[in-house]
Amino acid sequence: MHLARNYFWVQKILRERFCHHFCAAGKLFGMEQQYRHLLELLRRTTVHGESNSALVIGPRGSGKTALLNHVLKDLREMTQVRENLLEVHLNGLLQTNDKVALKEITRQLQLENVVGDKVFGSFAENLAFLLEALRKGNRTSSCPILFVLDEFDLFVHHKNQSLLYNLFDISQSAQTPVTVIGLTCRQDILELLEKRVKSRFSHRQIYLMNSFDFKQYIKIFKNQLSLPAEFPDEPFAQKWNNNVQHLSEDKAVQDVLQKLFHHSKDLRSLHLLLMLAVSAVTVHHPLLTAADLQEASRQHSTDSKANIVHGLSVLEICLIIAMKHLNEVYDGEPFNFQMVYNEFQKFIQRKAHSMYNFEKPVVMKAFEHLLQLELVQPLERPSARAQREFLLLKLLLDSSQIMEALQLYPNCPTDVKQWAASSLSWL
Amino acid sequence: MNTRQQSKLIYSWYGKPLGSDRKLRTSHYKGILITSESSKTETCIQLGDFILVEGVNADQPYVAQLVDLYEDGAQHKHAVVQWFCRLEEIPQNQRKMLKRDISAQEVFFDQVLGYDTDIAAETIIKSIMVIPLHLGEELPVITLNKEQTFYVKQSWDGKCFKVLSPDTFSKLKEANKTRGVITNSSKASIPSDIFTPVKKKTESVVRSATKPKKIDMEIESKHSSSKSSLSKERHSQRMANNDIKTPTARKKLELNSPTRSKGRLLGYEVLGLLDDDCDATAPLEQSATKRKVKFTNDILGSPPKIPCSDDKSKSTTQSAEHHQSDIMRLSPYTKVNDFSDEDKNLQEKDDVPSLGGYQSSQSPVVTPRSRRRCVQKTSALIAEQISMLDQEDFLSDSDSSYSLSSEEKEDDDDDDVPCTPEKKTKSNRILSTPKSSRKSAVHTPAKTLRKTPLKGTPRTPRNATPEIPRRIQATQEPASVLEEARLRLHVSAIPESLPCREEEFQDIYNFVESKLIDGTGGCMYISGVPGTGKTATVHEVIRCLQQAAENDELPPFQFVEINGMKLTDPHQAYVQILEVLKIRGHSFFSLIFLSLSLQLDLLWTQKQNVMYNLFDWPTQRHSKLIILAIANTMDLPERIMMNRVASRLGLTRMSFQPYTYKQLQQIVSSRLKGVKAFEEDAVQLVSRKVAALSGDARRCLDICRRATEICEFARQKRAPEMVRMAHVTEAIDEMFSSPYVNAIRNASLHEQIFLKAILAEFRRAGVEEATVQQIYHHHVALCRMEGLQSPTVSETMAICSRLGACRLLLVEASSKYLHMRVRLNLSQDDVMYALREE
Repeated sequence: MHLARNYFWVQKILRERFCHHFCAAGKLFGMEQQYRHLLELLRRTTVHGESNSALVIGPRGSGKTALLNHVLKDLREMTQVRENLLEVHLNGLLQTNDKVALKEITRQLQLENVVGDKVFGSFAENLAFLLEALRKGNRTSSCPILFVLDEFDLFVHHKNQSLLYNLFDISQSAQTPVTVIGLTCRQDILELLEKRVKSRFSHRQIYLMNSFDFKQYIKIFKNQLSLPAEFPDEPFAQKWNNNVQHLSEDKAVQDVLQKLFHHSKDLRSLHLLLMLAVSAVTVHHPLLTAADLQEASRQHSTDSKANIVHGLSVLEICLIIAMKHLNEVYDGEPFNFQMVYNEFQKFIQRKAHSMYNFEKPVVMKAFEHLLQLELVQPLERPSARAQREFLLLKLLLDSSQIMEALQLYPNCPTDVKQWAASSLSWL
Repeated sequence: MNTRQQSKLIYSWYGKPLGSDRKLRTSHYKGILITSESSKTETCIQLGDFILVEGVNADQPYVAQLVDLYEDGAQHKHAVVQWFCRLEEIPQNQRKMLKRDISAQEVFFDQVLGYDTDIAAETIIKSIMVIPLHLGEELPVITLNKEQTFYVKQSWDGKCFKVLSPDTFSKLKEANKTRGVITNSSKASIPSDIFTPVKKKTESVVRSATKPKKIDMEIESKHSSSKSSLSKERHSQRMANNDIKTPTARKKLELNSPTRSKGRLLGYEVLGLLDDDCDATAPLEQSATKRKVKFTNDILGSPPKIPCSDDKSKSTTQSAEHHQSDIMRLSPYTKVNDFSDEDKNLQEKDDVPSLGGYQSSQSPVVTPRSRRRCVQKTSALIAEQISMLDQEDFLSDSDSSYSLSSEEKEDDDDDDVPCTPEKKTKSNRILSTPKSSRKSAVHTPAKTLRKTPLKGTPRTPRNATPEIPRRIQATQEPASVLEEARLRLHVSAIPESLPCREEEFQDIYNFVESKLIDGTGGCMYISGVPGTGKTATVHEVIRCLQQAAENDELPPFQFVEINGMKLTDPHQAYVQILEVLKIRGHSFFSLIFLSLSLQLDLLWTQKQNVMYNLFDWPTQRHSKLIILAIANTMDLPERIMMNRVASRLGLTRMSFQPYTYKQLQQIVSSRLKGVKAFEEDAVQLVSRKVAALSGDARRCLDICRRATEICEFARQKRAPEMVRMAHVTEAIDEMFSSPYVNAIRNASLHEQIFLKAILAEFRRAGVEEATVQQIYHHHVALCRMEGLQSPTVSETMAICSRLGACRLLLVEASSKYLHMRVRLNLSQDDVMYALREE
C-alpha cells in the first residue's frame, strides 16, 4: 500500500517533468550566459525603462520558451520589478495576421477600448489607438511592456511586416518603454526582415545551441531521472536516486544514451525516451533497469514504414519486392501496376514453388491496399479518365528497409526471400 | 407602453409621451417609474433629477443628472444624462491640482466632453441629491441619508478644475428644489409639478440667451447674409446655455442643420487654414476680445436639449432627429441618407475643434462599408481646402462661433496634459498618429457599444482614452558611467543636434523656408537607406521652423506626418490629413511631411490615386502645401510611379548617403560627450565596421550599447572600467557573425553526417539538389566508415526535418517522404568549413 503510493508519486513527478519541458519549475542546462543576458535585458527594461529588442534563436527543443519562462519567473520575484511590467504574449500560429494580433495586444493590455474581453472596431482604429497609447507614454512614467512573439518567423510573413515595424519603431523611439522578444527556430530570420524593419531591430540575438557534450548529457540524464529532495518517502527516494546513479555508470545505458545523443541533442527526445522507460516501472518492477532503457530506445528508433511492412500479407510483400526490382532495373523511374504485375507473373511462373497464382483483380486489390498504406504514392492525382493499371507510381520504401523488414517477417516463404535478395536468381 | 423586466425591477414610463416623432420612432417622456417587485415600492424619477447610474464598479455607481428620457424605435428606453464625476474617476496625478481635501461625498460637475451621455434607462439605480456649494463653503453636516447626498463645488473638464459658473450653480440649485417638491408631493400631484422646472429653465435660457446674442450678431453680420432666424436662435441658445448639454446631443444638433451645404462650409474652413483672406481672420481676432464674456458663460458646454424641445416644436423635431442619426444606419433607407450623413459627419469634424480636443464621442470618419465613397469624399474635401476654390461667403454662424470657442478654450489651457490634442494659436501641431477622435470617432464600435447595455451588461459611460498604465515604482536613474552611456546611446535618446547632417539639414530647411516665405507649394523627395537620419533630419527641420514661426520670423504653418507603415490602408492618409487640418487657427501654411516609408506597398494603390492626389495638390494654384516625401529607394519615382505621379513629384530630390566611419564616430562621440565610457579606438573600430557594412547609425549605436553591457558583465569582478576594444569586438562578433557555422558545429553527430552526405551526393550528382533517398545511402555509407550504427529511415527523416526547421536546409513538403528534395541554404564551402574544424 505504502509502496503503491510511492509509485504513484514517482510516476506523477517524473511524467510532469517530461511532459512540461517549458514550465519554469525544471532546471536549465547549459544556457547560463544566455539566461544572464536575457534577465539583464528585461531587468533594465523594467527598472530603467530602457527599450530593447532581441531574438532568441535555437533549434526546436533547445529550450527557448523554457529560458524565457525562467527569466520571467525570476524577474517577477525581484522587488523592483513586481507588478511593474505588462506582458503581451503572441504566438505566430494563433495571431495569423496583424489585425488579429492587434486585437490581441489591445486585449492583453486591457486598454480602455476593451469591452469585457472583446475589442471592437476596425483594423485602422485599433492600430491608431494602440500607437497613440504607446506614443503618449514616456520612459520614466509609463509601465514598460514586454512583447513576446512566439514563432516569430510567422510574423515576418504578415503583410508589409507592419506589426513588427511598429513594435521595433516604438522600441527605438522615446515612447512607452517596450521590449520585444522574438522566439524562433529559423537561423535565417534576419534575412527575412525587410530592410527598414531590420534597421530598427537592435540585432541582439541570443542563440541556444544545445552546446553540451556527452558528459553533461549524462548529468542531465541523472538530473532528470532523480527524485527531488522533498519526496515524501525519503528512504525510497534515496534508493531510487542511488539506482539512477548506478544506471548512469552502466555501460549499456551509456550506449543507449550515446546513440540518442548522436541522433539528436535536444532534451525533448531524451524526455521521450525516459518517459517510455519510466512507464515500465511498477510495484512489481520497482527500479529502472538498463533493459528498460534499451527497450525504450528500440521503440524510440523503430522505423515506421518498415513496421507497416511486418503486417502485410505475402502477396503484398511479393508486390513490394517486384517494385523494388523495378526500381533497381529502371533506376528509380516511376512504374505502374501493369509493370508490377508482369514482374510478379514472371516470379510466379519461373521460380515460385509455394505461391499460389492469384487472379489479377486480387492482385489489384492488394496493390490498392499498399496505395492506401502510402507505401506507394502516385505521381499525380488519380483522375477519373486514366486507367488505374497505368497510373504512374513511386515506391516510398528504400531497398534496405524492405530487406530488413523481410528478415523480421514471420514465416516468410524461402523462395520469396531468395527472390528478394536477387532479381536474377531465377535464371 | 413597454415594460421591461430586469431581475426584480420594472422600468416603465411615467406619464404620456411629451413628444414623439413617428418617422424616427422615438418618443420622449418626462419621467420613469421604477417598480421593485420584491418590495412593492415605486420610485418616480423625473427629468432634472439626480440619479445614480450603474457602472463598472458596483459600490461606486456613477452620479448624473437626468436630462432627457426617450424610447427609440426598438422600444429600448434611453436616458440622456449630465455626468458628475467622483474623485476616484479623476486620474491620480491630476487630483493634486485640487490642493484640498475632498470628502467622499463631493463630486465634480463633469465637463469632459468625451463621455457618452446616452445610457440605457435600465442602468438607473435611484435618485439622489446633489447640492451645489461655493468653493469656500464647508460641507454641511448631514448625518442622515449620507449615501444619497452629494455636493458639487467645482467642475472638471478633463484637464483642470474650475469653480462652477453662477449659471450652472443656479441651475443645479433649481433642480434640487424641484426635486424636493416632487419627493414631498404625493403621486397624484406630480404631473402638475413637472412643468414648473422646465418652464423655469426655459425662461432662464431665454434670459441668458439675450446676452451673447449681441456679440454673435456682430460676428454673423460680418459673414453671411443667408441665415435663417432659426439658426440664429439655435445658435444663440447654444452660446447661452452651457451646463446641461452633452457632446452627443450637440453633435446631433449640428447634424440636422439643413440650410448649410457641406462644400461651402469647408470652403470657409479653408480660408482659415490655407488662405490669407483677411475676412476669415477678422472674426477670429474679434472673438479673442470677447473671450472674457464667454467664459463667464462657461462656454464649454452646449445648450440643454430640454429647453429646446419644450420651447419650440421645431426644435423638438430636430432633437428627435438626433436620435435618428443613430437609427438611420440600421433602417432601410440608409442608402439615401448615407451620403448626406457622411457629409454631416465631416461637417462635424470641422466643428470638432470646439470640443477642445476630446472629440471622442464624435462620429464616423470611415465606416468599412462606405469606405470608398468616404475616401472619395475625404480626398475631395482636402482638395477643396487646399485649392480654395470656394471662397464664397457662405459662412455659417455656428461654425464661426464654434471655432471661436475652441480657440479661446485652447488659449486658456495652454500647458496642460499632453493627452488632449491642444493647439496654441500660433504654434503648429504635430500629429503623427490620429488623435483620440479617430478611434472613438468611427461608428462601428460606437454602435456595438450601444447595444451592449441593452443586453444587460454594465457599460462604461466613458469613452476610451488611449493610455498605457503608469508604472508603480519609479524608474531608477543610471547609477554608473556605463549606464549613463547606455542611456545616451539608445537610439531613442534625442541628441541636442544632429551631427554630420548639417548640409542636408540646411538644404531641406532652405527649401521649406523659401516655400513658406513665397507662399507656394512644392514637393521634395528624400531618399536614403535605413538609418541614415532622414526622418530625424526632417523632424529637426520642422522643429526649427516651428520655432521660427513662433518667433514670427516665418508665417505659421501646420505639420502633418504620415507614415505609410503606420497606416493600414493608403486611403487612411486622407483621414490623417483631415484630422490635423480640422484643428485650425491662424495658420495658413500646411506642411505635409510625408514619410512615404512604404509607398511601394502602402501608399501604392492600383491607380496610385493617393499618391497622385498628394502630389497634385501642391501644384494647384494658391495652394500652400509643401510635401517632404521620404523613401528608401533612390529611383522610386522612376521605377514604380506612373508618369503622371512622377512628374508631379518634381525634380527636387535629395539623397542621404550612408554615414562614413568618421561621421559615425562623430555621432557616437557627440552622444557620449562628457561621459568617459569608451576608449577612442573602440569607437573608431565600431564606426569602421558599421560603415563598411551598411552605414546605419542605428546599428552603430546598438553595437556600442551592447558593448557597454558586455563590459558590465566582465566588470563585476574588477573595478569599474571603460569599454575597450575587446568588448567592442565581442559585440560586433555577436551581431554580425553568421549563425549557420555555429549552428552546424553544435548539431548532433548524425546531423553533421547528414550534411556531409548531402555534400557527397552533390559532388556525385553535380547538381545542388538531392532527394532524401540518395542522401540516405551516402549517410549509411558514411556511418559504416565511422563505425556507427546506421540510422533508420525514420530517424533520417527526423534529422532532415530538424535541419529544415532551422533553415540550414531547404526541404519540400514532407509528404513525399523519401523523394523529398533537399537543398542547402548556405554555401557548400560554409558547411565544409564548419565541419572541418571539428
